[in-house]
Amino acid sequence: MSHDPAHLTIPWKGVCGMNPHRRHPFIFSSAMLVYVFLYAPIIVLILFSFNASRANVTFEGFVPTFSDKVVMDGSLVKASPCGPFHWFCELAKDKDVAEAAGNTLTIAIVSTLVSSVIGTMAALALQRYEFKLKPFSQLSLYIPIVIPEIVMGIGILTLFSQLFGVINGSLGLTGDSRLSMGLGTVIVSHIAFSVPFVTLVVQARLQGFDKSYEEAAMDLGANEWTTFRRVTLPMILPGVLSGALLAFTLSLDDFVITFFTNGPGSTTLPIYVYGLLRRIITPQVNALSTVWILTVFSVVLILQWLQTREAKQH
Amino acid sequence: MANEFAVELQDVVKKFITPEGNELNAVDHVSMQIKNGEFFSMLGSSGCGKTTSLRMIAGFEWPTEGEVYIEGKAMGRTPPFQRKVNTVFQSYALFQHLTVFQNIAFGLEMEGAQKDEIEKRVKHVLEMVQLTGMERRKPKQLSGGQQQRIAVARALVKVPDVLLLDEPLGALDLKLRKDMQLELKALQQQLGITFVYVTHDQEEAMTMSDRIAVMSKGKVQQLGAPVEIYERPANKFVADFIGDSNFFEGRIKSLSKEEAVVFIPDLNAEVTGIPVSQGLVNGEEITVSIRPEKVLISEKPMNQNTFSGKVTNTVYIGTDTHVYVDLMGKRVKVFEQNRISRLDPGSFYTVGQDVTLVMMPENVLVLKKE
Amino acid sequence: MLKRLRENKSAQGTLLATPTMLWMIGLLIIPLLLTLVVSFGQRSPDGDVIYSFSLDNYIRLFGYSTDCDNGQASCFDPLYLQILWRSLTLAFNTTVLVILLAYPLAYFIARAHPLRRNTFLFMVLIPLWTNFVIRVYAWMMLLRTQGVINLGLGWLAGLFNIPFTPLEMLYTPGAVLVGMVYEFLPFMILPIYTSLEKIDNSLYEAAADLGANGLKTFARVTLPLSMPGVVAGTILVFIPVMGTFIVSDILGGRQVILVGNLIQRQFLDARDPTFGSAASLILMIMTLIVTYFYTRKFGFGEEIVVA
Ligand SMILES: Nc1ncnc2c1ncn2[C@@H]1O[C@H](COP(=O)(O)OP(=O)(O)OP(=O)(O)O)[C@@H](O)[C@H]1O
Ligand SMILES: [Mg+2]
Repeated sequence: MSHDPAHLTIPWKGVCGMNPHRRHPFIFSSAMLVYVFLYAPIIVLILFSFNASRANVTFEGFVPTFSDKVVMDGSLVKASPCGPFHWFCELAKDKDVAEAAGNTLTIAIVSTLVSSVIGTMAALALQRYEFKLKPFSQLSLYIPIVIPEIVMGIGILTLFSQLFGVINGSLGLTGDSRLSMGLGTVIVSHIAFSVPFVTLVVQARLQGFDKSYEEAAMDLGANEWTTFRRVTLPMILPGVLSGALLAFTLSLDDFVITFFTNGPGSTTLPIYVYGLLRRIITPQVNALSTVWILTVFSVVLILQWLQTREAKQH
Repeated sequence: MANEFAVELQDVVKKFITPEGNELNAVDHVSMQIKNGEFFSMLGSSGCGKTTSLRMIAGFEWPTEGEVYIEGKAMGRTPPFQRKVNTVFQSYALFQHLTVFQNIAFGLEMEGAQKDEIEKRVKHVLEMVQLTGMERRKPKQLSGGQQQRIAVARALVKVPDVLLLDEPLGALDLKLRKDMQLELKALQQQLGITFVYVTHDQEEAMTMSDRIAVMSKGKVQQLGAPVEIYERPANKFVADFIGDSNFFEGRIKSLSKEEAVVFIPDLNAEVTGIPVSQGLVNGEEITVSIRPEKVLISEKPMNQNTFSGKVTNTVYIGTDTHVYVDLMGKRVKVFEQNRISRLDPGSFYTVGQDVTLVMMPENVLVLKKE
Repeated sequence: MLKRLRENKSAQGTLLATPTMLWMIGLLIIPLLLTLVVSFGQRSPDGDVIYSFSLDNYIRLFGYSTDCDNGQASCFDPLYLQILWRSLTLAFNTTVLVILLAYPLAYFIARAHPLRRNTFLFMVLIPLWTNFVIRVYAWMMLLRTQGVINLGLGWLAGLFNIPFTPLEMLYTPGAVLVGMVYEFLPFMILPIYTSLEKIDNSLYEAAADLGANGLKTFARVTLPLSMPGVVAGTILVFIPVMGTFIVSDILGGRQVILVGNLIQRQFLDARDPTFGSAASLILMIMTLIVTYFYTRKFGFGEEIVVA
């Protein structure tokens, strides 16, 4: 390679990858356009949750004034006790929404807890032990990734309906004691699609640590359980937490599996919103979306903040 | 310590199923007895089963056949945390989420030691490895050498009967390695703890050990003090692996109680007056070996055990000069110590020069064929 | 008992994996087998399954029809084949579009200053955390005849005095495509970013040192090394698009019927689980075949797990 400075500078400047943080104008502008594409719908959605128009087709301005009672003019809200936040107040009064929110959270929390625990166990087994069914177990974890969710959804639906049919029939159950779809079936199904993700994430984390850490702990006198508690778990905790976070978001976001496995009394927010979309849509749906987005956003921000604070302490 | 032997392996076999599906005897009928208080090394090339043997003593692996005894007790499938041995890992395996202090205290906490006792003992062991004041650091914030000392300290603080070390100096640079060798040896002598040390570096093993087990292909080839292994290698493998050797194929021509005469067809000559060990028979095909530094170069011919040849190459390496001599088509290595300066080109052998090699019979070894 | 277990490593492994395996077998494998069994069954008049071995459902899917206009007993009706084909092409188009949109952004993030990288990445994730259904709804608001896009276009046209009639965008195949692209875009950005970020800077330096210019470096170094991310992203996008029914349900109305809608209707409206099961198996086989050939060509990206 020649040491002629001109020779050095030409490729240096020309390569967009060369200066690592250089913004190539094409890359920069297309990236910004994609961000606009990602955010425009969300911003419109939020804006419309303040819409004075009940029909919610065009934006007719904010609900202008506060008053004791809701004043309507055709489909326009002229005044409301909550002012611009009219639809949020309506939302707060809605018992169905409260129930759906409760269900959503219950399902997400329970399925996350269960799938994190059993998924971590499976990851340990797959990464640290040899056993007969290991190749089969590993392979089965990829099933939910490579088949469409709806296939899994109707499969589970068929299973439960046939199973419950047989059980109800043979035990002669009637009325309320009949087994039927509900929170239980939804939770069990959510665990089924979360567990592979938790396992794979924790497994990836475990791969980064060879067995010698655990062996060192045992060598120093820690038994299996103590070794797990004091050495393995702290090492893989970030993996377990991101696995759990993934399971939680998957559960919160899930529509398809829930759609096929829910029953009376186990409606979740996505199912509830879907129901509304097929009927009348008032800005209340937008208000619900806004609350949802802001809640998830702030929870994630708090988690991130905790994580960076944790990282800084070390 | 009632038992003479700290560790004993009795006819131990360890089989692995390789990923290709074959059965592999990583350790193949190994027996050894490691005395209390000695510095014992396992030496061998890569893959010869040193680590596996050590791991069976530690309890991370269980023998497929045979038995491991620690202080006279059969270990069977006793888990590692119930054995009074501790390990210094090759990669140190220091817990990254714990501080230096917490790492060292870990083993004591497992014993259920009191807080002040732990502090006292950690402080003491840190003084021993000369790392006082680093308690609050994380392992990542230490140099390689410091991490190595912490790994030793963490194992030693438990005052084990036996300390197992698997190539503990492998990751260090040469200079630091040499310093640590001496330090570890001093530590061992001061504490009187049995050390079982795994290495593939023969110089390291020689420097530190009281006794060495030379291993190859899962088997112990020879077990003895460094001087024995070097001066009286048990077979061709050991003679070749430890130091340098010249080998010749030969046959026993005549045999008396102490001495043998060996005929070497390649040189069409015989070597007389070789001191022999037991078990040889007249007429037996054997291998003759002699260390390069034990071959003497003489200017004028002598009558017995001398061979004339031509210098084919000389290599100057500082302390020695290696001279390669052609003896009737066979290349013989000779190491000459540079007792005088070789700056003057006339001071040494030149390529093509005729020389006479002398092999003193007491330096010639007769090795049985496998 | 405990001692026995302690000495049996294989039993420990099996024990640890058992709960997960129970779920995998009970809620993945058995349901799939059951779907297979049901797909060979027949529908009873009240919508239950009569177990039998009949290929009727599959024959029907591939175009055999007994409901013919001109009084024939049977005829060829391509309706279901058209649905399958539509789903396949839509999934293909969506994937291509998503790659085209995701790549520049992923590249931008990967090359951004390390301190800002996480923020940019975070900004990709935020839309993902709003709910799937909510995101479709947002597009409904944008695409409506009196929706935001038409409003904006009308305003623009007004500025230049061009006569403007609102575009009919909602309930068209285009709306479904846009909705799908929007829903699955982050699933492509993340794996591509992961593989781009892994590329060591010294490789770019080496390419430049060997005389490659910007475009050549991209074509010969960056693109090949980021292929695992593109492959993983494709799997994460293509498969769900094939099976999704809400996007087409809400943005496509009655116009755009995909396999997902077909299956869903069999289970809920038409009450013919046997036909739905058959369609669902065909869907699964289609995705498996595509995934198989695709990954055989490009390898299975490990980035899938990261995302
Ligand atoms: N868990 C295992 N499964 C299969 N084979 C193994 C396993 N552990 C070790 N081996 C094999 O056993 C043989 C001995 O391995 P070992 O680790 O004891 O060698 P070593 O003497 O320590 O070598 P090195 O100096 O390279 O560390 C090798 O051939 C190795 O491939
Ligand atoms: Mg080793």
